[in-house]
Amino acid sequence: MSTIVATPAPEARSSSGFRFAMLLPGALVTLLLILFALGLVLFLAFRTNDGSLLGASFSLANFVTVVSDPLYWTVTLRSLVIAALVTLATVVTAYPVAYYLAFHAGRRRGLLLFLVTLPFWTSYLLRVFAWKIVLAYNGVLNSALIESGIWSEPTLAFLNTPAAVVVTLAHAYAPFAILPIYVALDTIPKSLTEAASDLGARPFTSFRRVVLPNSMPGVLAAALVVFVPTVGDYVTPALVGGPASTMIGTLIQAQFGKANDWPFGAALSVAVMLVILCVVLVARFADSRFGSRT
Amino acid sequence: MSEGRHTQRGGGWLGAYVIAYLVFLYLPVLLIPLFSFNNSIQAAFPLQGFTLQWYATLFGNSALTSALLNSLIIGVIAATGATLCGITVSYMDLYGRSPLAATISAIARLPILIPGVIVGISLLILVNLIGLGPSRIAIVLGHILVALPTTVVIMRSRFAAIPKTIREAALDLGASDWTTFRRVMLPLSLPAIVSAFMLAFLISFDEFIVVFFLAGTEPTLPLYIWSQLRFPRSLPTVMALGTTILAVSFVIAAAAEILRHRGLSATAPADPSQPKQTKRGELQWHST
Repeated sequence: MSTIVATPAPEARSSSGFRFAMLLPGALVTLLLILFALGLVLFLAFRTNDGSLLGASFSLANFVTVVSDPLYWTVTLRSLVIAALVTLATVVTAYPVAYYLAFHAGRRRGLLLFLVTLPFWTSYLLRVFAWKIVLAYNGVLNSALIESGIWSEPTLAFLNTPAAVVVTLAHAYAPFAILPIYVALDTIPKSLTEAASDLGARPFTSFRRVVLPNSMPGVLAAALVVFVPTVGDYVTPALVGGPASTMIGTLIQAQFGKANDWPFGAALSVAVMLVILCVVLVARFADSRFGSRT
Repeated sequence: MSEGRHTQRGGGWLGAYVIAYLVFLYLPVLLIPLFSFNNSIQAAFPLQGFTLQWYATLFGNSALTSALLNSLIIGVIAATGATLCGITVSYMDLYGRSPLAATISAIARLPILIPGVIVGISLLILVNLIGLGPSRIAIVLGHILVALPTTVVIMRSRFAAIPKTIREAALDLGASDWTTFRRVMLPLSLPAIVSAFMLAFLISFDEFIVVFFLAGTEPTLPLYIWSQLRFPRSLPTVMALGTTILAVSFVIAAAAEILRHRGLSATAPADPSQPKQTKRGELQWHST
């Protein structure tokens, strides 16, 4: 292979058979399943729908519809607002937990990290389902409020609202946010905070001027890993959101299901990826502004 | 010092907050086991008494059994594939010294930045194009992709934690690349391999968003649950099933977590925090 660097290091002896065998599985998966599959989406987005797999002819009509039909603006905006609220709620509530883990947990740190990450590995569908039974008309929350005498009548106001979607998603993606923030906080050199207090900074000033800015890369990474899956979610709106909470993921799913207009669904997907790309670029810009330590 | 006192006090407040946070994290999920033992169709207070009847309905349900089998088969194959890819991709990323290996590793972690619905539809188009159509193989491919960032990140941090000198010694003593990989690096990272496999299995076993697009006539367990959610009468059965799944998931995740840190102290002393950053949620933020 041409990429072998000619140095006296052991790597120079790499047999090309070994390299080929080791690169093959990853190359197949990344090239075929990721890049080629995403390329297909992009290709299909520029095709007209005639019921065949790859469409009939090239056209910009799908994108014209996405941009000109107010429905898609409304739904995209709603998805962005819901995802932004979920991201904000998740990151803000996770930060103190990560802070405690990094600076106060002591010997309990291992156990707490384990408890915080465990829900990660449990079924997303079951976590959303749990909220459905909590928020339902004859569900846990209503019946508990009536039992305790706070409420006299069950209310429909919990389920099938955008608020239900925000709460459910914030809960489902809560564990995603803690780890990146914790890692960022944990790698701040102790000398920085010591220097701040030696120079007379109060604890809060030291937090605001030293700890918080230095943890921003972790905060931004946390925001991204929550934002990306939530903005394209279609399960939570379907289970707890009701018709007023249709999100962009719901529309994409419908194009590949009932509506059966794959090229248009592909165009919606491309639009979502462009939005995510913008968010990633903004986050990267913000990251470089805050100055990466690592 | 006042600094120290503040730390203590702040820690106390924060400690209470962390407990409240954990309650919020676990309470909704723990309602599923609670009501799975409740003698009522509805998940509502007051509790109506203890029963195991919902668990009894799980047995002899042929649709459920075949969905379970399907999920197990797919989970094992997908986890094997994802772990194999995770091992090779991260090994070549660290020791391959080639831009190609680094690029593959970066792309392998890309699915973190793609919503599941788009992963699902892109694979749906792909499997239709190559003639597979929605099928078990399609689901396996999808789950390899979904689990790949996790296995890459776990294996990468494990390989990185093995002191460079060990591998160099093997190569200097005349071991070939293949021998060094198979006889030195793989045994040293075995706990992480098992851990990556278990977590990849869990990801596949619980995955819903992508499998929704790729399943043919044979549903997986999450798809079976989804199909039952429309019927209020079957909610208690879903809760009994969900409780079983949660219990098994907790055990597997705990075992994987313990395995992942096993033996690490020998190779990377006093660094328990380092591998913790390598979760599914980790972004290679500074990789470029």
